[in-house]
Amino acid sequence: MSTIAAGVRHRPQERKDLWWLEPTVIVVVLGTFVLYSMYAGLANANYFFEPYLSPLYSPCLTANCVHPTLPLIGSYWNLSPAILIVAFPLAFRVTCYYYRRSYYRAFFWSPPALLIFLWWDVILAFNFGGRFGIGLGTVLMLANVILLSGYSASCHSLRYLVGGYLDSFHGKSLRYRLWSWANWLNARHARWAWASLIVVGLTDLYIRLLSMGVLSDPRWVPGT
Amino acid sequence: MKVWRGDANGGEFVEFRVPSDPGMVVLDVVHRIQAMHAPDLAVRWNCKAGKCGSCSAEINGHPKLMCMTRMNEFAEGAEITVSPVKTFPVIKDLVTDVSFNYEKAKTIPPFKPKPKEADGTRRMYQEDVDRVQEFHKCIECFLCQDVCHVIRDHDENKASFSGPRFFVRLAALEMHPLDTNDRLDLIRAKQGLGFCNITKCCTEVCPEDIHITDNAIIPLKERVVSAHYDPIAWALRRVRGKRDQFAPPEAEPPSA
Repeated sequence: MSTIAAGVRHRPQERKDLWWLEPTVIVVVLGTFVLYSMYAGLANANYFFEPYLSPLYSPCLTANCVHPTLPLIGSYWNLSPAILIVAFPLAFRVTCYYYRRSYYRAFFWSPPALLIFLWWDVILAFNFGGRFGIGLGTVLMLANVILLSGYSASCHSLRYLVGGYLDSFHGKSLRYRLWSWANWLNARHARWAWASLIVVGLTDLYIRLLSMGVLSDPRWVPGT
Repeated sequence: MKVWRGDANGGEFVEFRVPSDPGMVVLDVVHRIQAMHAPDLAVRWNCKAGKCGSCSAEINGHPKLMCMTRMNEFAEGAEITVSPVKTFPVIKDLVTDVSFNYEKAKTIPPFKPKPKEADGTRRMYQEDVDRVQEFHKCIECFLCQDVCHVIRDHDENKASFSGPRFFVRLAALEMHPLDTNDRLDLIRAKQGLGFCNITKCCTEVCPEDIHITDNAIIPLKERVVSAHYDPIAWALRRVRGKRDQFAPPEAEPPSA
């Protein structure tokens, strides 16, 4: 029998597992995404490669944009168009109950409104000079918008809005079904959050490398 | 095995070596230490089946039930530390004063059912039972209270924060289809729900696998936001003439 001195509240480190691994991975992945998206968002170049528009620049709201979605802002705006829209996905991720867990523990993109523009961009990504086709970029953009839609649909707040606010579901079968479905999705919210974050960055990087001429886009366009 | 021994004035880890048999749990080893080396070792336990919530401790720094932690989880000869839960004051050895929780329980307005229906009954439907059933699995082991950094690292927050165990209790009452008490303002102003920043540590340590954060705390936060901060919800209430929807609860205990 031997003794080791220790205080009541200030005991020495007792954890013997790899407790530091999860926060380290979160810092590395989230940090990499934040730094990359800052670079990509401010670069104001290589964000469009026919027919693909980077999700970090969608919807493109300036007249000076290489591929304007909705040119609400005149040609006086010479800065990156991404600056005008970054606040919305950023606010969505920062206030997300899941990311709050992650960044509170370790040390942050995609509101539903923007999803409409991203779905529109995917439809355009099937259009190769007036012909229907599928490129690797189309597949990436489709994966990106599906993941972002899943991330939004699995949101805790949406689950509350579709029925979680009720005390009794009796006689409210539609809201009960929607709430049950939102519950099923919500249980997987963390996976949607991470997958959508990584794929949105990869989609931008892929379009950037195409636009810079580093990569060429494998495509299948019938009749060409 | 190193067991923390001491009282409110201080203490230390004391190393004991005892034989372990197949199938033993940490609580069995603690009992063997009592039998062979330290009959005065204080430990709180009852059912040895993970249902009474008495034998909460920190095993290698993890808040766990001693009776539900099998010895074969650890490598042969590995050092194992057992210490009292850190959030509550130590009485002796592994026994802590958890009266904080009982005082907080007194501040929650009780269940106040609707009047009976014309046939003399009160009805609950299965889908409504299913939702609150999860919350009733709580065994009050207070491991969630122990791991919650709001009070674990800040004793000064204890006066204004009830902790995850009581947010589970409040969610069970607030989502109950027959309950007529409204506790939302109390939850916001006096139970300290806003202190919780969703780190989900409580959910991870719950031995009953209650999704404390996702199913109790976040829905309560959404209800508080709708009642007090959401301008769209406020405008809808005005349009529908429900300005006094959130009246103060009746039968609020004097300590609340």
